[in-house]
Amino acid sequence: MEAFAALIDALVYTRSRNEKLRLIAEYLRATPDPDRGWALAALADGLDFPAVKSGTIRTLLKERVDPVLWTLSRDFVGDTAETASLLWPAPAAAPSPPGVSEAVELLSAMTRKSVLTELPLLLDRLDADGRYALLKLATGGMRIGISSRLAKTAFAQAFAVPVDEVEEYWHGLHAPYGELFAWAAEGEPAPDIANLPTFRPFMLAHPLEDGTVDLADYAAEWKWDGIRVQLVRAGQGEAAQTRLFSRSGDDISATFPELLDMLPFPAVLDGELLVRGSAQGGEENERTQGGAASFNALQQRLGRKTVSKKMLAEAPAFVRLYDALLVEGEDWRPLPWSERRARLETLMPRLPASHFDLSKVVEARDFEHLAQIREGSREEAIEGLMLKRRDSPYIAGRRTGLWYKWKRDPLLVDCVLMYAQRGSGKRSSFYSDYTFGCWAGDPNDPHGAGAELLPVGKAYSGFTDEELKKLDRHVRGNTVKRFGPVRETDKSLVFEVAFDSVHASKRHKSGLAMRFPRIHRIRWDKPAHEADRIAALEALIRD
Amino acid sequence: MAAPFSWIRPEPHGIHVGPADCWIDPSRAVDRALVTHGHADHARGGHGQTVATPATLAIMDLRYNTREGATPVEYGETIRLPGGVDATYIPAGHVLGSAQILLEHAGERVVVTGDYKRRADPTCPPFEVTKCDIFITEATFGLPVFCHPPIAEEMRKLLDRLAAHPDACVLVGAYALGKAQRVIAELRAAGHHDPIYLHGAMERMCRLYEDHGVALGELRLVADHTKEEMRGSIVVCPPSALNDRWSRRLPEPITAMASGWMRVRQRARQRNVELPLVISDHADWGELTRTIEEVDAQENWITHGREDALLRWCQLHQRRARALALVGYEDEDD
Repeated sequence: MEAFAALIDALVYTRSRNEKLRLIAEYLRATPDPDRGWALAALADGLDFPAVKSGTIRTLLKERVDPVLWTLSRDFVGDTAETASLLWPAPAAAPSPPGVSEAVELLSAMTRKSVLTELPLLLDRLDADGRYALLKLATGGMRIGISSRLAKTAFAQAFAVPVDEVEEYWHGLHAPYGELFAWAAEGEPAPDIANLPTFRPFMLAHPLEDGTVDLADYAAEWKWDGIRVQLVRAGQGEAAQTRLFSRSGDDISATFPELLDMLPFPAVLDGELLVRGSAQGGEENERTQGGAASFNALQQRLGRKTVSKKMLAEAPAFVRLYDALLVEGEDWRPLPWSERRARLETLMPRLPASHFDLSKVVEARDFEHLAQIREGSREEAIEGLMLKRRDSPYIAGRRTGLWYKWKRDPLLVDCVLMYAQRGSGKRSSFYSDYTFGCWAGDPNDPHGAGAELLPVGKAYSGFTDEELKKLDRHVRGNTVKRFGPVRETDKSLVFEVAFDSVHASKRHKSGLAMRFPRIHRIRWDKPAHEADRIAALEALIRD
Repeated sequence: MAAPFSWIRPEPHGIHVGPADCWIDPSRAVDRALVTHGHADHARGGHGQTVATPATLAIMDLRYNTREGATPVEYGETIRLPGGVDATYIPAGHVLGSAQILLEHAGERVVVTGDYKRRADPTCPPFEVTKCDIFITEATFGLPVFCHPPIAEEMRKLLDRLAAHPDACVLVGAYALGKAQRVIAELRAAGHHDPIYLHGAMERMCRLYEDHGVALGELRLVADHTKEEMRGSIVVCPPSALNDRWSRRLPEPITAMASGWMRVRQRARQRNVELPLVISDHADWGELTRTIEEVDAQENWITHGREDALLRWCQLHQRRARALALVGYEDEDD
């Protein structure tokens, strides 16, 4: 645990990507199995111990520290694991830290009941840095600025193997990744994942900032407003299995069971998951049975572990296909996009039209024309356009120049800051999460019944670190009330808020919910009474 | 007869002493100011009369040219103010010249600490516990997560890092008044006698410390030396210069910062610090609560900082306390 704690500590304070890679690679080479495998899993994906949650840590600390002092400390530090590691009473005995594997074994064996007595024993064996590393490891997401990709790249670097191969095997294996280390470090044969329903990393796009592309080299497709999914079927006959994965590789098969029996042959397909409705894709192509509902409708089905018959009937899901990675044992990824696309078209008759259609290619005379088409896309509640290089293979990750996403310009509205809350992680102790509102009634009508601000959204991005400092000072200097970690401000500051769309919502008093709101500009100059009214937002609802 | 302690009143711009019509550490220019120490959030220019220790006055003179109206008071000395108020200056252990101010009037005693710490500091005399009726304390690090480690440990971390990177330099961000000189003096005490390089903004304050008898060893200005000469050296700069273009002239600087905030990892990350040094000139949680116990005043007033937690602690320990909302105190760099 000491080496792991030292690694975590060093990573927290290291800025350079190369230095982070070096630190992780060095640890992976120097540490024996299975410690290094658990550490790698913790860094790349986070480990899950059902009995050990943030709530467990809070409970344990509140038995040892005054609850008010705990809450104030947690609020300032912005990280439960770190706060707990600092406030944990110093044990009487000298530290006797467990190894990573021993810690993992002990944590795995804990139950919701035993954790309250066993976790303290483990914490008592560690110093403050060790407690921090253990609690980070125990509660999943490390949030120390190491992406899954970076951890895998470090692994590849440590043993001089290609990172794409690591990605390929990764999702077919499990922590502590013994086979992966055997292959990379000991020269054993590569893990065999051919017959496993394994997630393959997605090809991703860069935003098209201000540039243009030549449509002779790039094809355009709609960017649908659903969730990107990968449907995988592997194995033969009785042994065949089908899985549905989200963009991050999470298995969401149970949430959309209607899709699992619909893929009649082994394949890895890339597409957009949508639910049936009329709002999207209003222009029907020949194989479309109907349009897709808005993202709002899809959201009702996300995040559910089980799904009722009623839901299946009311909001049936389907996949609008973009691409195919593997089909019946053949790897299509090295082929150019145009070839994959042509093959995918010939594949469509073999897929049930009830659950699959093909995302159509948008034809345009030239880039100007395409820009006009994109402008008109607002009515169809489409996120924007994708531009894909016609000759590009399917490459995991985000490779410059191959795919671009070209979103619609956002909608803008002027809102008034109402509440602020402290952020966590890198923004801990800064007031960085802002709730803002628009006017119900007319704030400029001196004879009116009085206007009231109603919250319409919350945002915590879109500003620079310098602006964050200024906003933090504004919040501290203009607080009128405190509710625990939340401060109510004096309603004097206007934000120009950008958002993708707005929907009717019963959950909010304003009756509105914004999609992807972010701070577009801070209007230090604009008086609050000139901010927009609720009616202006209502006029933008499209569903 | 006036109500008890009605002669001293917290106002948004400082603590006002009625009968003497003077202010303690006012955040705007006033006719008569009693100043605890030279940090900019406590000592501002433009007062008619400034009462402070000779070292604090020298610091203020250096910063604001405030020779006019300067009234020096030595540690332990009492000055009689108008309206029958006596003010005694007592070491606070914060920085050179820093003082607590004991105010006595009508048989009532009030101590204003300004900023203070309880740890040993080679650059100033230690804090003295002074019995009083009302204790007005700071609370910059008023959360139980703040526990400053022994400074020798932090010096070890710094010197170990330097030894491990002989071709680089370690750039230490440290507040220009107090922290920088303490770090240098502690490095000397830890046996580091190589020249230490200074950002230009540090020079005059270091000279002032030396003039007041604080030995800092050989100091050199970064501007006078080449990258090559500075390899394997410690460079000290104000925190604001840490991520500035200025540091490009240094040989592969490892960014360190000496501050009590470095106890919290995310705080260090926010400032892009690679080597956090938990060194503070303020009392940590343990020192704050111990001091309140030792002073054992009838009432504790808590000024700038995280007053909520210290108020809660007082409540849990049956001590009377209230928070003062004073404006203008900044503590982000300490």
